[in-house]
Amino acid sequence: MKKWNIIAMAAVLAIAMATFGASYAAEKLKIGFIYTGPIGDLGWSYQHDVGRKAMEKALAGKVETTYLENVPEGPDAERSIEQLARTGHKLIFTTSFGFMDPTLKVANKYPNVFFEHATGFKRAKNVATYAARFYEGRYIQGQIAAKISKTGVIGYIVSFPIPEVISNINATMLGAQSVNPNMKVKIIWVNSWFDPGKEADAAKALIDQGVDVLTQHTDSPAAMQIAEQRGIHAFGQSSNMIKFGPQAQLTADTDYWGDYYTKRAQAVLDGKWASGDTWGGLDSGMVVMAPYTNMPDDVKKMAMDTQAAITSGALKPFKCPITDQDGKTVECKGGDQLDPGQILSMNFYVKGVDDKIPGK
Amino acid sequence: MPLVLERRSERSATIAIASPLIAIALTLATMAVLFAILGKNPVEALDVYFLEPLTDPYSLGEIAVKATPLVMIAIGLSLCYIANIWNIGAEGQFLVGAVAGSWLAVRTNGTDAGPWVLPAMLLLGALGGALYALIPAICKVRFGASEILTSLMLVYVANFGLDYLVRGPWRDPHGMNFPTTAEFDPVATVPTLIEGGRLHAGAIVTLLVVMAATVLLGRTIMGFEIRLVGAAPKAARFSGFNADKLTLFTFAVSGALAGLAGIIEVAGPVGHLQPDISPGYGFTAIIVAFLGRLNPVGILIAGLFLALTFIGGENAEIAIKVPLDLTKVFQGILLFYVLACDSMIIYRIRFIRTPRKPAHANV
Amino acid sequence: MQMFEAIMLSVIAASTPLLLAAAGELVTERSGVLNLGLEGMMIMGAACAFAGTDLSGSVVVGALCGVFAGVAMSAIFAIFTLGLAVNQVASGLALTILGTGLSGLIGAGFVGQRITPAPQLHLPGLTDLPLVGHILFGQDAFVYLSVALVIGIWLFLYRSRTGLVLRAVGDNHTSAHALGYPVLKIRALAVLFGGGCAGLAGAFLPLAYTPFFIPGMTAGRGWIALALVVFASWRPGRLVAGAYLFGAVSILQLHAQALGLGIPSQLMSSLPYLATVIVLVLISRTRGISGSAAPASLGVVFVPDR
Repeated sequence: MKKWNIIAMAAVLAIAMATFGASYAAEKLKIGFIYTGPIGDLGWSYQHDVGRKAMEKALAGKVETTYLENVPEGPDAERSIEQLARTGHKLIFTTSFGFMDPTLKVANKYPNVFFEHATGFKRAKNVATYAARFYEGRYIQGQIAAKISKTGVIGYIVSFPIPEVISNINATMLGAQSVNPNMKVKIIWVNSWFDPGKEADAAKALIDQGVDVLTQHTDSPAAMQIAEQRGIHAFGQSSNMIKFGPQAQLTADTDYWGDYYTKRAQAVLDGKWASGDTWGGLDSGMVVMAPYTNMPDDVKKMAMDTQAAITSGALKPFKCPITDQDGKTVECKGGDQLDPGQILSMNFYVKGVDDKIPGK
Repeated sequence: MPLVLERRSERSATIAIASPLIAIALTLATMAVLFAILGKNPVEALDVYFLEPLTDPYSLGEIAVKATPLVMIAIGLSLCYIANIWNIGAEGQFLVGAVAGSWLAVRTNGTDAGPWVLPAMLLLGALGGALYALIPAICKVRFGASEILTSLMLVYVANFGLDYLVRGPWRDPHGMNFPTTAEFDPVATVPTLIEGGRLHAGAIVTLLVVMAATVLLGRTIMGFEIRLVGAAPKAARFSGFNADKLTLFTFAVSGALAGLAGIIEVAGPVGHLQPDISPGYGFTAIIVAFLGRLNPVGILIAGLFLALTFIGGENAEIAIKVPLDLTKVFQGILLFYVLACDSMIIYRIRFIRTPRKPAHANV
Repeated sequence: MQMFEAIMLSVIAASTPLLLAAAGELVTERSGVLNLGLEGMMIMGAACAFAGTDLSGSVVVGALCGVFAGVAMSAIFAIFTLGLAVNQVASGLALTILGTGLSGLIGAGFVGQRITPAPQLHLPGLTDLPLVGHILFGQDAFVYLSVALVIGIWLFLYRSRTGLVLRAVGDNHTSAHALGYPVLKIRALAVLFGGGCAGLAGAFLPLAYTPFFIPGMTAGRGWIALALVVFASWRPGRLVAGAYLFGAVSILQLHAQALGLGIPSQLMSSLPYLATVIVLVLISRTRGISGSAAPASLGVVFVPDR
């Protein structure tokens, strides 16, 4: 009898340990994402969600994610972020500039939760920031545009005059001017990150005014579709828009967040998460150029060479000296190129852009 | 038709009391069906939506924070709607009030101004909202232009105006050129009531507004005039009440309340002026006004209830992955049912037997 | 393609959804019913139309789905306002919220899908005429439908007996009822017609204008259509002028920006709305202070006493 008792006890213990071990292992890390737009925008929020799914796949079984889309950047944002913190999410990504202050306020109340804020500049012990150097991709796009365009005018559809948008316009122009110093740009502000109707109208207006290459800093594929319809070329933004412009798309400046998200989640799992700022570009794979299509081989080669040069650091898009549109030389605080602070707060157009920045 | 709507000889008291409850019951039933269609457990979903937010202090505080601007604006709108004056532009008046009050905050930012700043800001906010609301009012009184459309169009204009200011002249010089004013100084901020929560003094102001409106409507000549003009416009005219003055008054008051709500929201939960300060409060308040049956206390309850649905909807998005659009569907359905049940106070439905034609009539 | 022709084409495309929705609402309001739920009906039309086209592969099927969605939404409105004598302003707003939410739920699964957009007319010889070729002979079906619709509505209202009755109902429902006309039935049909037009207007957006679906893609066009009806003094001819004027202002402001005219973009964006307010004021002035050209019974609840 005693022997059976011992075996029974051992069996029970084994089962208990297995169950305990299983449930302990099943203690997944809960990660939250806040998007400002719909994941169906096929642009900014969509790419973040692509990154989230990639991270989920890479860390399958160890993480569980939640996302909230269409969160407006006003006072409601704070509640959404706090709700994620209160419901056991230990790592929260807030993916738009307008979430900066709400993120900090909530982070202050929940010191044991880690927050990652995209495109912001305020940090804390448990708040890190991250962004992508889209301007690197823009420089390449500018060069391609200068080669492809027959009219010498780029059409630029933009949302709001914030520094990121301005620096992207400048990078495009600098790239274009490196090939054609007389390149011009026509800019239309649609006052929204996402308004397909308006973006389409803006695209038509630009094309009607003689533009034959389009680029955008808005989120929908509307402009790409118009480009395809009208038989001109365009660059996709945030995500690969080739589906909407099979003959039109030259390349797209896509954001790839998957690796970064996986890295940060792993850091939390390993107990090694620390605050900081990550500003990745082509070199770290946060900016990925969609395949170069619909262009002659020599232009493709030039683009790939430039991409390699920027990736290795040999070519710096904002290398000094830089002249602003009034003819003055911009102070060079980063040695031989503008320093990150200058790029992140850029509020001037480079020489060659004739428009005035709205609101200045 | 076999069904006919008939006016009752007198208002049904039972239905008057039961109507909101019936409406809510009908809405919950419809929502349960919708949840089931979406593949969610109806009981669990309803629980997450309506009961859970009531069980913890944080959610309760958030309900109050969300309800504060809604109730304040809705009270003002109810004064208009009782008199059949349709102010649809509360959203624009909210924004203009926020801008007007913020002007002072931006002007005195960084200086060592005294505690007079906040009250002055609130006053400016109310004044700004009132003046902006007078534009559609004057268009109606002087030119006969539809106030529904003028007030609505001005919402868009206000939006663009706010956008221009925060991106240009009022932009924080130390804000890395992003479109927001500098953070308001403490003297320009609405104080919170509870440590760690967001419940702020605006809630108290709202309660005061509810009480003031109850007194206004129930015990003053102006209140009587508003109610009379709504119920019997011809009688009101014969009594010598001036419809034009009433239009101007109600628009100004509702504009002032909307503007006050705007500056409180900006100086409270938000803390600075930025392009996005309202998730459509001005329009949601219209629903609150009707849900509250244009009665101040009713509006208070309706505002809290609607805020509950917002909070519940956000929780449901996290807990059971239900899309936020469902909250809008819910609010629309609720409003329809409330309106229908309210109609049953005055009317009743009857079956009519169509008399059969005698056989020889076709000869 | 010349600049004038190109701009005109953009203007026509921008104006068509406004014209379609406003035309239907004009009929509804002429019968005495104010339906503020245009935005909700339009966005439902957009969602259902795109879903229909994506699932069936046919633009015609999709357009019919859009029309049906608009009719269904307006039916809800009719039941409450005409059947239960509920306040029309509140019902219209409830319809807008309901429609916005429902369309998001329905359309969510179709975001990111591609469809083949509605084809444009091509008559050899005519379409390639200089200057007016594409404008007159190169449009898609929606544009031609919108013009035919307005002409049809004009003929109906002013040249047919039923149209006369409808206008009578809108101007004085008590007298019309006394004369034996079925006021509620006429209004219900007018409301459903308005709903169908709104649904068609919504369908135009994802089927022709920007061939994909995004939640909220109507972006306030329903409200502008409402303003257009008042702007047009409830007359079909003026409606066309108003719709194209509005479309023109919204397109030209983009061109002004591209030309680098340096006017703040927010001011340009608010021009269409400011223009509407100014025109509303000017129009109402000519009618006199005591009223406008609106149907006298617009928005007034009607319950027939037996």
